Formats: sequence, C-alpha cells, structure tokens
Amino acid sequence: MVAIAVILIGVLPLVLSSFRLRVLERFLSLAIVALGIDLIWGYTGLLSLGHGIFFALGGYALAMHLNLLEALPAGRIPEFFGLYGVNELPLFWEPFYSFPFTLLAIIIVPTIVAGFLGYLVFRNRIRGVYFSILTQAALVVFFNFFNGQQQLINGTNGLKTDTSPLFGQLVGSTAMQTRLYMATVVILVGMYALCRWLTSGRFGRLLIAIRDDENRVRFSGYDPTSFKVLMFAVSGAIAGVAGALYTVQSGIVSPQYMDIAFSIEMVIWVAVGGRGTLIGAVFGALLVNWARVILSENFPAVWLFFQGALFLLVVTVLPEGIVGWLRTKAISQVRSLLGMPEPLITYPSLELDPGVQEERRELADKQP
Amino acid sequence: MSKPILEIEHVTVSFDGFKALNDLNFSMSEGELRVIIGPNGAGKTTFLDVITGKVQPTLGIARFKGHNLSKRSEHAIARLGIGRKFQTPRVYLNLTPRENLELSCNRSKNVVSMLFRKPPPAERRTVGGLLETIGLDHKADIPAALLSHGEKQWLEIGMLVAQSPDLLLVDEPVAGLTDEETTKTGELLLSLAESHSIIVIEHDMEFVRQIARQVTVLHEGSVLCEGTMDEVQNDPRVIEVYLGDPNASQHAA
Repeated sequence: MVAIAVILIGVLPLVLSSFRLRVLERFLSLAIVALGIDLIWGYTGLLSLGHGIFFALGGYALAMHLNLLEALPAGRIPEFFGLYGVNELPLFWEPFYSFPFTLLAIIIVPTIVAGFLGYLVFRNRIRGVYFSILTQAALVVFFNFFNGQQQLINGTNGLKTDTSPLFGQLVGSTAMQTRLYMATVVILVGMYALCRWLTSGRFGRLLIAIRDDENRVRFSGYDPTSFKVLMFAVSGAIAGVAGALYTVQSGIVSPQYMDIAFSIEMVIWVAVGGRGTLIGAVFGALLVNWARVILSENFPAVWLFFQGALFLLVVTVLPEGIVGWLRTKAISQVRSLLGMPEPLITYPSLELDPGVQEERRELADKQP
Repeated sequence: MSKPILEIEHVTVSFDGFKALNDLNFSMSEGELRVIIGPNGAGKTTFLDVITGKVQPTLGIARFKGHNLSKRSEHAIARLGIGRKFQTPRVYLNLTPRENLELSCNRSKNVVSMLFRKPPPAERRTVGGLLETIGLDHKADIPAALLSHGEKQWLEIGMLVAQSPDLLLVDEPVAGLTDEETTKTGELLLSLAESHSIIVIEHDMEFVRQIARQVTVLHEGSVLCEGTMDEVQNDPRVIEVYLGDPNASQHAA
C-alpha cells in the first residue's frame, strides 16, 4: 500500500497530463468511499445502498464553508441566496465560517447521521435485505429534502466551489488541485490503515462472527448492536471525507450525489474488486471508473451496458471479486489453462508414513 | 439442599394462542446435572429460549440466582452467567477454533475494550488448555468450517466453557454423533458437571442413562414428572406419552 502511494505521489503526476491527473484524483476519492462500503459490507455483512447520504453531507459541509469564503471579502452572503429573496444567512450556516469547525463537521455530521440511523435500525434487529431497503429509502428522503430546499442550500443547483479561495488560491486552480491530489492519496492510505486496524485482531474477528451468525454472538455475551452502530458510523464518516474531497475536485456538490444509481455503483465497485479484502475495494473503484472513462470516450452509447455486463460477470464467474479470485483460485485456474496438472493437496504425514512408502516401492517394482 | 440456581415459576409461553409452555414450574439447585427429556413438541427448546432471553414468557417469571430474567436481552443474560449450546453446532466457520474460543473467553465485551485492550495472557492460557481438553489442539489454526461434525460439537461445548458460565444449557449434544463420540461427549459433560450446573436436553436414551442423575420429563409444555432415570422410566404416565395409551386409542377407535 505504501509503495502504491509512493508511485501515486511521486511518479504519476509527472507522467499524466493534468487533465488525467484530475480524473484520477476524483477516482481516488471514490476509492475512499469504497473502503467505507467494504468495511461494513465485507466485514460486518451490512449492505448499505444509502452511502450517497454521507458522501453528500461531507461534500455540502465543505462547499458551504467555501461559499462563505467566496462571499466574505465583499461582506455579503453567498450569491444564490439573492435568487430566492433570502437576505439573512440561515442560522445553521454561521458556524461554517470557521475552517476547523468545517473540517470537524465533514467527519462528525455523517457520523452522527449514520450512527443515529444505524442505532434505530440495528436496535430493532432489522437485517439483510430490509436494512438495504431502509438505507435506500433514507437516501430518497435526503435527496428530496436537499432538492427542495432552494432557500437553504440552493436546492437542485447545488453549491459551486471552483471559484472560491482556499489558502490563498482558487480551489479550481491547477496548483491547488495538485495539492488536493497529494492530500487525497495520503487520506486514502490513512483510511486504508484505519480499516485494516479495525478489521484485524480480536475486534475484526468479532465483526466476522457478527456477519456470520449474529444471534450466536448475543449468546456469547456480546451486544452486536453497539458494534454495528460503530462500524456504520465509521463507514459514514469515511464516506463524508471522500465526499468533501470529491466536491472540491469536481467543483460542485449537488443532490445528484444522492442519486440512487450512484450509491449502487459504489457497491458494484466493491463487488468487482472483491469484498472483504479492502484493497479490492480500492482496486475495484479505480478499475470500474477508469473503464468508464475509457469506454465512454470511445463508445459513449454502450458504457452503461458494459457496466451491467461487468457486474453480471463478476457475480456469476467471480463471486469473490477480482482480488478474491486472485487470492484463492487464480493460480490453479491459470495452470489448468496452460495445460499443467493441478497441484494435489497432500498429507505430509501420509507421505512420511513408512508403510505408505513401502507400498509405493512395491507398486513401482511391479511396473515393467 | 443448596439454594436454587434456577427457578421457573408458572411460566406460560403462547404463540398466537398455541401454548408452547403451559404453567411450567421448575427449579434446580447449584451444581446439579439435570437431563430434560420429552417427546417432540413438548416445549424443550422453548424452555431454553425462555431462560436465555430469546423468547419472553407470556406469563410467569424465570429467575437465575435471584435475578428476574424477563426484560433482559440475550447478551445481558449471557453475561449473568448462562451459556447455551445449540442443537446444531453453531461455531463461527470462518474463524479458527482458537479464535472461536478467544471470542468466547474474553471477559470485557464492550466496544472500547475490544478495540484498545490486548487479551491478557491468562486468557490465552485458558484457550490453550481448552483446546487440549476438547482435543482440537492440532487443528487450532485451521478454519472451523473444515472440522467434522463431532469436532464442531466439541468446539461449541468448549466455547461454552470458555465463557465460564455458572449454568450451562446443552441442547441435544450427541445428535448425529457416532457411538464413540457420544461416549466421549458424555464423559466431557460429566467432568464439566463437577464445577458447573448443567441442563442437558436429549433424545438419545442410551446417552441419558450414561449421564443422568435427575431427569425431568416435559410433556405438552408442562413438567410431567421428575426423578431418577429408573423412576422415570417405570412411571406409567411417561410410558403413556412416549408410546401412546393403548386403552385411549382403543376408546378412540
């Protein structure tokens, strides 16, 4: 992971054009959400179809701060308010003048929303497909709310960030974007380390136990609710950070981030890369998105078909995803493709048994 | 007679009018090994469900060491010191036997200490000892999915012991085991009975005879009779519920 990070920071900025680099940096942000999804889906067995909520919340938090900064020198409130006849800054915007508060909000707001939602759902022991449906329903609620609130957050138009100043430079400038790229790589590595830490050791094994047999865990004296709420909240926070990065990289945050299809795509990246592997989530997000760019440049009409086909292929042929396949079956399947015999599983103790060796010698003697 | 560890008073459990347990009274004292038998549908598993908090009694009270068990969730009851082994072995298949035992053995089961505290060396020693007791020390680090049925049964009993409960509830421990494995399981339970109170639910009469001291017979959600194995086997009512009353069927015909 560190080696990959070094390549990402050291080599790619020199090789790629600044346009490609900007594309890559956005995909790295998406890889961060994918990590969050893998954390709860691959390790805790919770399939969330509503991560767009947390992604957008993080994005909005940062975009609000940037909009305030842009309007600050003129002593005005952000321009769009004028369109709707709002002259006073809504109260909940006030704290976003502060940069430290904004950074905190990017993490805390999605954490609280995810934690609250998770607590209500998990306490009532809602699981499996019902949980997935509920997360999607919550997504629709948030989407419609953000879409309808022109006077609070510019509704369906979203908030633009490209022309805002940050640390004395415009957010959309190339120099700023290069720095953001570095920051994204560092944050991705940090999030990966966080997820590794959470999923290893005793805590990680308990998560697997909860995924495999939650009721059994209760009878061992653990309360699965608190563990699941924590994981869902952490996953929401990760999505929030990713959303904030993605917003400044794209130059806009809008309710489109809470599109149903987008949240499902996040799940597809993880499925393609291999769930329960973490590195697979990162890999899957990058792979699917690169494929989308390449294919939509060349065959704009068929990209969506390709995405569907890819998902079907993974589900039917590689249910463990690409990384899962590489880890378990790849070696033997490639060998058999090349016509080499499959390695047999042997019992070393059997091989060393003098009786067995004796029999083998006898068999060999009988053969002409 | 020592003080009762478990008291069930007038417990009724009804599912949509069907009474799985019907005004059940039961009590056992500390250190006892009690076997519960009864025909299918007698309410044996529901009985365990009530004790472990999986099912709330419609009427009546279950008490463990004086604590009222109703309104407590499963994990709270488990922490009070009641361990349960399920009918089919339920171990975590994707974890190794060692990891399975470690999770059960762990004393501090809240989120914070799971994240930040290392398991104390004493716990690791306990796990090592248990692996030997259940005969899985040479398979300690392969996934539990690869164990045989009997090994899974023992692993689950091991997990139960690792929890160090005061009361063990064991639901059909020898279902699907070979004769030899059955005898070994019986020996394991008898040795555990020296330091724990145990309730065993079982169908296999050979096995019941091997381990039983006190037997309780359940029938249609209530206690039919209690006593030693011989007393119970010669009780005409027990023969009747197991074999059917020849007179009754004649009358019916």
